[in-house]
Parts: sequence; C-alpha cells; structure tokens
Amino acid sequence: MFSYIIKRILMLIPVLIGVSILTFSLIHLIPGDPAKSMLGEKANEAQLEALRAEMGLNDPLYSQYGTYVAKILQGDLGESVQSKESIATEVADRLPATIELALFAMVLAIIVGVLAGVIAAVKQYSWFDNISMTGALFGVSMPIFWLGLMMIWLFSVQLNILPASGRLSNDIQLGLITNFYLIDSILTLNWPAFKDAFLHLLMPGIALGTIPMAIIARMTRSSMLEVMKQDYIRTANAKGLASYLVIFQHALKNAFLPVLTVIGLQFGLLLGGAVLTETIFSWPGIGRYVLNAVLGRDYPVVQSTILIIAAIFVIVNLVTDLLYKFFDPRIKYD
Amino acid sequence: MENNTPILEVKDLHTHFLTKTGAVKAVDGVSFDIKPGETLGIVGESGSGKSITAMSIMQLISPPGKIVQGEILFEGENLNNKTEKEMRKIRGKEISMIFQDPMTSLNPVFTIEKQMVETIRTHEAMNKKQAKQRAVELLDLVGIPDPEARLKNYPHEFSGGMRQRAMIAMALACNPKVLIADEPTTALDVTIQAQILELLAKLQKELGMAIIMITHDLGVVAEVCDRVMVMYAGKPVEFTDVLSLFDHAKHPYTWGLMHSIPKITDQKQKLEAIEGLPPDLRALPKGCSFAARCKHAMDSCFEVDPSFKQYQANHHVRCLLYENEENEKVVPS
Ligand SMILES: Nc1ncnc2c1ncn2[C@@H]1O[C@H](COP(=O)(O)OP(=O)(O)O)[C@@H](O)[C@H]1O
Ligand SMILES: [Mg+2]
Repeated sequence: MFSYIIKRILMLIPVLIGVSILTFSLIHLIPGDPAKSMLGEKANEAQLEALRAEMGLNDPLYSQYGTYVAKILQGDLGESVQSKESIATEVADRLPATIELALFAMVLAIIVGVLAGVIAAVKQYSWFDNISMTGALFGVSMPIFWLGLMMIWLFSVQLNILPASGRLSNDIQLGLITNFYLIDSILTLNWPAFKDAFLHLLMPGIALGTIPMAIIARMTRSSMLEVMKQDYIRTANAKGLASYLVIFQHALKNAFLPVLTVIGLQFGLLLGGAVLTETIFSWPGIGRYVLNAVLGRDYPVVQSTILIIAAIFVIVNLVTDLLYKFFDPRIKYD
Repeated sequence: MENNTPILEVKDLHTHFLTKTGAVKAVDGVSFDIKPGETLGIVGESGSGKSITAMSIMQLISPPGKIVQGEILFEGENLNNKTEKEMRKIRGKEISMIFQDPMTSLNPVFTIEKQMVETIRTHEAMNKKQAKQRAVELLDLVGIPDPEARLKNYPHEFSGGMRQRAMIAMALACNPKVLIADEPTTALDVTIQAQILELLAKLQKELGMAIIMITHDLGVVAEVCDRVMVMYAGKPVEFTDVLSLFDHAKHPYTWGLMHSIPKITDQKQKLEAIEGLPPDLRALPKGCSFAARCKHAMDSCFEVDPSFKQYQANHHVRCLLYENEENEKVVPS
C-alpha cells in the first residue's frame, strides 16, 4: 500500500511536466506579440522591451522553459503583470478560499445527495423517490449563474437573512492560521466568526454543490437499487439485522464505489464551476483571480493558476483511487 | 431427544407475486410440518417455489410478492401475524438460513469477523470480545482451521467450501431451532458437497435443530433427509418418508427427477432431464399442471386437477393415476 502511494506520487511527475509544457506554450500561442497583448496598444517600445526582458521572451524557447520550470520548483511563480505582486503570494491568499468553498460544496453535495439517493432507492416509486429524482433531473441541468442570482434575490435582497458576497462580514474579526475560515474560527474558538463564515459559505456552497449533488443522488439511487437485490443483503435480513444497518452499512458500503468515482470527477469539474460561483458571490478565490487574469491578459497568472488547478486535479484523483481500497477490500494495488 | 410436537408447521401456504401481467402463483397450497431434530427435504426443479416457500417462512417476501393465504406456525405462533420488529428477533436466532451461493451470500466488503460478530450481538447480550470468542468457537465447530486468524479474512480470501462453512457457522451462532438450507451445496464441487452435508448432519446431531433441506438433487435427499416433499409449479405433488420415496415413488414427476440423479458408477451416462418446461405460473393450464410433460398422462389429466390425496399412511400424492384402481394398472413397478 505504502509503496503504491510512493509509486503514484512519482507518476505525478510526468503528468505535471506535461501540464507545465502546456501552460508554458500558452504564452507562445498568443497571436502576435505577447508583450503588446499584455500591456495593450498604448504601451511604448521601452515598456514592451522591459516586459520582454523580464519575462525572458527574447531567449531561445528551451532556455525559457528551463527557467520557467526551475523557478516553479523554487516556488517562484513569477509576478502578476497587472498588480506587480508575487503570484505565489496572491495564490496563497486566494487558494484556501476556493478550496474551502469547494470542500464545503462537495460535503454538502455528498451528504444530501447520498442520503436522498439511499432513501429514494429504499422507497422506490414513493413520492419521495419521484420528487427527489425529478429535483435531481433539474439539478443536473441547473445553470449555476441563474441559481446564484435567484438565491441572492430571495435570501439577501428580499428576506435579508444571508450575506450575498465575500467570506466574512466587515465587523467580524478573525485571526488567520490556515486561511480556511471555518477551521481558523474553530482553532481560535471564535464562534461568532464561525457562524458568520458558515453563513457566507451557504449560498455559494449550494450554488456550486447543486450539480454534483444531483448527479450523486441519481448515482447513489441506481447503485443502491442494484445492491439491494444482491444475495448478501438477503443474508443480512435473514440474520435479523436492524434495517438501518442493512441499508447504511451492508448496502451503502457496496453501493458507494461508483458514487466515489462520480465524486472524484465532480470535484474536478467543481473547480471549473468555482469561476462562475466566485464571480457571482464576489468570493475572493482563485476562480475570480483567474477570470480577472484572463480578462486582463495577465498571462503569467493564467499560466500559474492553471498549473495549480491541474496539480489539485491530479491529487484529488490519487486520493479517490486510494479511497477505493477502503470501500472494497478486493481491490489490489500493485 | 425424540419430540413429536412439530417446531414448525406450514398450513396451506399461498404466496403470490401480484405483477402487472397477473398473479404469479409461486407457492400455491403448501403444507408440511417439521419436528425438532428432523430433516425435511423439499425437492423440485428450479422455479417450483422452493425458495419462495423458505422466504415466506422467514417473512422476507417483498412486494409485489405477498403471502395471500395460510398459516406459518412456529412454536404454535403464526409468523404471518408478527410485526417486522418481532420477526427480526426470530430471524437468525430461532430460524436461520443458509443459501446456495456462499460467494455472493457473504458481504464482500466486510471481514468474516464483522459479519459473525454483528449476528451474535444482534441477538445475544455480549460485548465485542465475548462475541469474537464465540465466533472463534463457531468457526472451530464447523471445521475451519486457525479460526482466530481466519476471522480477519474477507470472504474472497476463503475457498467456496470454507465460505459455506462460515455461512453455516453464522447461521448456527445463536443455536436456532430451525435451519433452512436453500440449496447449500449446489454451487460446490462434488467432494466439498459431501463434506458440507456431513458437517450439517454432524451439527444437527450435536445441536438438535430441525433442518429444511431445499434441493433439486434427489441424491442430497437420499443422503440427509428423513421425509421429503416434492414440489412442482408451486404445489406439493408427493410427500413421504425418504425410504418410501426411493422404494416406491408414486408421482411421474418424481420418477422423472430420479432419472436425473447422476450415478457415480456411470459418469458418462447422459442425465435424462424431464422433457418440456414448467407451466407459466400466471396462467396454469386446466387439469394437472404436469400433464403436458407427463409420459403417463391420460385424457382426464388435462381436464381434472388432481387433489393431494393420502395414498398410504405417510404417503401423499397428487396424481389421477391413483384416483381409481383401473388407472393404477399403468403404473410401472
Ligand atoms: N419477484 C418476483 N416476481 C415475480 N415472480 C417471481 C419473483 N420471485 C420469484 N418468482 C417466481 O416464483 C417462482 C418460484 O421461484 P423460487 O421459489 O425461487 O423457485 P425455486 O424452486 O427454484 O427456488 C418462479 O417461477 C419465479 O418465476
Ligand atoms: Mg431457489
């Protein structure tokens, strides 16, 4: 098991090299002069030349790539063209916000989705099954943008019970340790901040979590229906086990494997969905950061954030694979 | 240990599946009783209603299936009137079951230990340690070597025979009064089959439970049963003690089943399955359900549904051949 993990981590290297080549070439795929496109038409020749020199655009390609990789390995992601700040610092500020939102959305999606799927399967063709699966059908095709705006209209504008933007209210103080606000407020035993951060997470979390929730619910239902027919469920019933044990232990642990696959895939897509959600809810995360970079043609920022998102994607994949073993002891890693 | 009050009595059981295309009469008028320490065989081709009879006793029939008529008396109490909660106290404790395929009947994602301990702790007031100790004893009882270490295994790490032993250990965990074995050896190799049957016989002697042995193999019946009920299309067609059955079976269907017993002496002999297929249980033909496949069918067999008649003491048969003396002349001896 341990050697498998090491092996999988080593296998990440070629993947990341591939991604780095892709992100590196991004800048060279820009039609025309990248420096001009970054600084705009009004820039003078001296400014352009300075940027080219700074970014090493005059060097031969292979040495440009070498420098790029060497810098990344030292944790130097370069500078933002727009803000002149270190990208590494800016990312470190924003990444936890995105990860916190994504995890919150995913946990919400898993809890609600799995529960709804299990109940729908156990009570097949009941009103709960019909309503939740119709809901899931809508959920799968829900435009995040529309859902987000409707929630803001209802809960912030009309009812005024949930905050519409940001991670924390202005009048709330929170000492930062991990930059995950829920965790930091627990670590500092700051309950007002915990409640405030939680309320801020709620709407963007729901907006981001709706599609995965719907997909997880449908997958759980069909997987549970399949498992409930199996002989070992009949055995569990014939042993006289309580029905909640039969359903939530014996059936769900078997039914969870395909759901886990879906969760892994959805988590990756969720990072993409974060761009929209963060924009609607002014969430200070990496999604909004990358969107602004794209709009402002801040190519170094785009490069670095894509690289980071790719790395996260690959790590999520690895974790999913390792979790398989937990749910199915028959899986052998070698 | 002889005790003549039946532990379990099934009276005129009817279990139907109420499907959109009509009621499937999976079990249609089954009656039998079984005494402590006795082994009752239920034989019949696949689809004849054996498993549904067993599941009805356990009250594990789920919609569209329904017990539409009859009584199932366990220690004199009708299980049909028990609540689900009451039944959960009976299943696995008073009446246990083992199944055909030990590979699929054990949960693949839990260890043998977890599956045994949870059974024991559902019914007995034991802590985890005591339950584990009991599990070790049980595995030892069913002849699994090195039980302590084996508890840590998952079902896929056991061989087929071992799995069935583990299933038996689990079923016997709470000393049930009735063990229903639904084709317990069908999925196993011949040599393992014999071992499992021997084990069941040995355990029955030690623990004194009644066994309902469901099988489609009269060879198994010959080996372990005291009395036998032969089922066809949801109905009992012959019911007698095992000696009478092998000495002078009455029903042409039973004769057919006997021809399909493999003979060890003559491996290459082609098994003679009964020709034709069982009828559609939604629309049973007029007359005897077996008439269309019966070599001895008379005209009246397609008109009159025979009743289940006592032919001799301890011998019931459902066949027109025995309804009057004239007909009996065609019976081969
Ligand atoms: N869920 C169901 N719906 C409709 N018919 C069923 C269902 N389960 C079993 N049956 C029918 O009940 C009959 C008896 O089945 P069963 O008791 O399993 O036979 P066997 O004697 O092989 O154990 C079969 O013909 C089968 O078609
Ligand atoms: Mg069966």
